[in-house]
Amino acid sequence: MKGAFRQSMTWLHTWSGLVFCWILYFMFVTGTLGYFDAEIDHWMAPERAPAAEVPLREAYATAQDYLQENASGADRWFINHPSGRDRPQLSVFWQLPTPDDPSSVDAESLTGNVELHAVSGEPLPELARETGGGQVLYRMHYALHYIDFDIAYRIVGAITLLMFVAMISGIVVHKKIFKDFFTFRPAKGQRSWLDMHNLLSVSSLPFLLMITYSGLIFVVTVWMPGIALGSYGFDVQKAQTELQAAIGAPAAERSGDNAPLADLGPVIDRVEDIWGAGNLSNINIEKPGDANARIIVNPAQDDIFFFSSSLVFDGVSGALIEERPFTDSTAVGVAGAFLGLHEGLFADTVTRWLYFLAGLVGTAMVATGAVYWTSKRRKAAPDSMQPRGFRVVECLNIGTIAGLPLAIAAYFLANRLLPLDLAQRAEWEVHVMFLTWAACLLYPLLRSTVSAWRELFAVSAFACFALPIVNAATTDRHLLNSIAGDDWFMAGFDLSCIARGVGLAVLATKIRIRRPQSVPANESTAATVSHA
Amino acid sequence: MSDAKRLRSPGRWHITSRVVAAAILGYILSNTASVFLGLALPGDKVEGVATAILLSFALFTAIIMWVFSVKRLSTVWFGLLGAILFTAAGSWLLLRLESTV
Repeated sequence: MKGAFRQSMTWLHTWSGLVFCWILYFMFVTGTLGYFDAEIDHWMAPERAPAAEVPLREAYATAQDYLQENASGADRWFINHPSGRDRPQLSVFWQLPTPDDPSSVDAESLTGNVELHAVSGEPLPELARETGGGQVLYRMHYALHYIDFDIAYRIVGAITLLMFVAMISGIVVHKKIFKDFFTFRPAKGQRSWLDMHNLLSVSSLPFLLMITYSGLIFVVTVWMPGIALGSYGFDVQKAQTELQAAIGAPAAERSGDNAPLADLGPVIDRVEDIWGAGNLSNINIEKPGDANARIIVNPAQDDIFFFSSSLVFDGVSGALIEERPFTDSTAVGVAGAFLGLHEGLFADTVTRWLYFLAGLVGTAMVATGAVYWTSKRRKAAPDSMQPRGFRVVECLNIGTIAGLPLAIAAYFLANRLLPLDLAQRAEWEVHVMFLTWAACLLYPLLRSTVSAWRELFAVSAFACFALPIVNAATTDRHLLNSIAGDDWFMAGFDLSCIARGVGLAVLATKIRIRRPQSVPANESTAATVSHA
Repeated sequence: MSDAKRLRSPGRWHITSRVVAAAILGYILSNTASVFLGLALPGDKVEGVATAILLSFALFTAIIMWVFSVKRLSTVWFGLLGAILFTAAGSWLLLRLESTV
């Protein structure tokens, strides 16, 4: 019976892991790159000058003036001063009230999002090099591309659940976690793939469990809305108000009387009295211009929590009203910790690199698992006797595992090489990426397995090496300049391209295919089952 | 033929049946069971519901693993249907109790 249970879990692990593993691999690659989204943004917009250095109070006064002029009557203003890696510019966001008939207006026309010059207060000019940057790449790991967001988000959620099922069943079938951790038999074909898959999975298990389950928490409200509803007897109104209250205080209500908004300067003085200088992250103003306006100040994120406590000021007098904790609920606090860990916004440079490496290990886990599936079957029978599905998996493996790195390099190359006056240039960067990937998926049809692996890895490596060179040829931000100018985002990007090129080149030379030896089919299957 | 063998090389319909049971009934059960859990947990109601929402995907995972580990297909279908009925009725009772208190 125990053996039967393990075998059924092995089956579940294999198939829940395999069926969508190429999309999972895509999610891992783009999500891992997302830990450096701001750095990629920076590389892809080399003409963007860094924000002018201005004192905090002046930046907020500039933003306040701009919003007063362009977004008075809004429900909400949101001001970010230039700070840290992911907010290089002074930026404002606003949301106009929804009219009584919401269908009469386009939802997007109700919001605005503008980056401002911190001194002149003018909106920053559009860049000649129109680009989606790291944000578009990062967004793909949860919203895919070319697909309606709501649908894509649900697909990603379902695949995340399959990943979680594969992980838990993988742990269950895995008898000797500790022993296997110290087991690696290199250059042994299928056995090495299994060892590598085990080593990668076990060593990054805490990260993988965290990143997968927190991914599920992100989608739980769209996938499981029935739980909240059912718990309140399907009273939508009641479910919303009660659960919303646990997540955060409701927005301030409009009084209907107009009153000028308080100056933000004294508010910032007070904030610095309480938190000390340098701990302010952004300011959120609810119902600006109304007598009941609220100024909500959020702290810089230095802990793992996705949400934070905030200081709430009266929007007219500028007096401190309360220090509002982000939640009183333990469960919501746990959810906040999970989401915060997933995003890693709190991470400093070293932690960020650890996140990145853990993400790479996860990516490699998916890849080695997929390759193990084919190598195990190849050991049992020669390719000519394999069912058609085998060939499909193999082509998808080659085209995705070796092809996606090339497609992403192509995305970066397109940023430097596409003509600047191309219409919808940012969208074309993405087209180039997916066209490259599509070509890589077709390529294995033309070549033998081993050549396709080698050549795609080799071309990927070549493309990575080309990136710093093309960068030097098309901009004045080449590696030596970046290092001399202390621009470590730019230099880090170029250097990591070289590192990636080296890694891919090594892979290109290491690929071997082990043809089945004269092992009886049933014996080899028995061996794999006891180890899977 | 041993159970293990049967699972390793099952018929196409057999697998489809399990996948459908796991996806659809499993989804429904993870909802009803989470509602039941949220209402049954002692203490503050919002806290209980939020906890159950957070655990719902773990529950779904456990259900899926159970569906693929059980020997007989009939056990899978009747087990899931029974559990859905039980948790839904239990939730209904708890909601009734709540409104009378």
